[in-house]
Amino acid sequence: MNIVLNGETYKTAGPLTIGRLLFHLDIDRRRVAVEHNMNVIKKSNYDSTIVHRDDAIEVVNFIGGG
Amino acid sequence: MPESLLTIADKSFSSRLIVGSGKYLTNDLMVQALEASGAEMVTVAVRRVNLSDRSTRSLLDYIDTSRYFLLPNTAGCYSADDAVRAARLGREAGLSNWVKLEVIGDEKTLFPDNEALLEATRILVKEGFIVLPYTNDDPITCRKLEDEGAAAVMPLGAPIGSGLGIQNPNNIQIIKAASNVPVIVDAGVGTASDAAIAMELGVDGVLMNTGIAGADNPVEMAEAMKLSVKAGRLAYLAGRIPRKMYATASSPIDGIVGS
Repeated sequence: MNIVLNGETYKTAGPLTIGRLLFHLDIDRRRVAVEHNMNVIKKSNYDSTIVHRDDAIEVVNFIGGG
Repeated sequence: MPESLLTIADKSFSSRLIVGSGKYLTNDLMVQALEASGAEMVTVAVRRVNLSDRSTRSLLDYIDTSRYFLLPNTAGCYSADDAVRAARLGREAGLSNWVKLEVIGDEKTLFPDNEALLEATRILVKEGFIVLPYTNDDPITCRKLEDEGAAAVMPLGAPIGSGLGIQNPNNIQIIKAASNVPVIVDAGVGTASDAAIAMELGVDGVLMNTGIAGADNPVEMAEAMKLSVKAGRLAYLAGRIPRKMYATASSPIDGIVGS
């Protein structure tokens, strides 16, 4: 199925949790924040929040800034 | 001389200098500059993870968060909604409820959009954020931000990254005199004397990024800024002499040979 990940189309085998998605992406969950359909998801809910077809996911982290 | 701490909301910092982490040529250089600045609070930006290149290390691999308090910003946001969204993401990424709130009104000047800034401040304060808004050097806007619950007000000294120094010292003094929350001069510092001037006006702290990161030698400039912020604070506390049009002799006029 397709989801929109950081503004780009991304294919997954099917519905999956945010925790699994981060694992597939090789992203350390401690270092990022995740938005699911415009709602920020708490880290404690990564393994219970399911990503469905056409959902919009944003994965952000800190970079240098002023 | 005992120097009081900079206290914002429930946190106290022994340095009155707050520094940004952007624009450094390398992360190693940034780490050295942070160290030399003596700052305890460091601003960071919230951006999409680069999914195509997972080999790059995270900023948090470089900044020791047990030593530096991270202040996520909402830089690049042009509406209250976007700024609120960025603040919420920053809170989850950093697990602190502090935010340097920026709502930009214009690309060329990067001046804040006051209306949107006030709206975003209102929303975020209600959500329990400690809001430090970057604002114009306008006493009325600063008063309104304080009324909305901002934990500090951060008027600009000059446009972001301009290095022009404190363009309206009188307004900064009026803002300080009228504020019941800390006043941090944010943006516009180009060199050490600018930071000292800001502190001599009596403000509680100075926030800068480009002034250090853009210097030929950022590490040395970071140290210069550390010293100038301290010097400016001390001079403010010491109480400067009044300005006068004419001279007053420093040496006694009695007993001059030949008189």
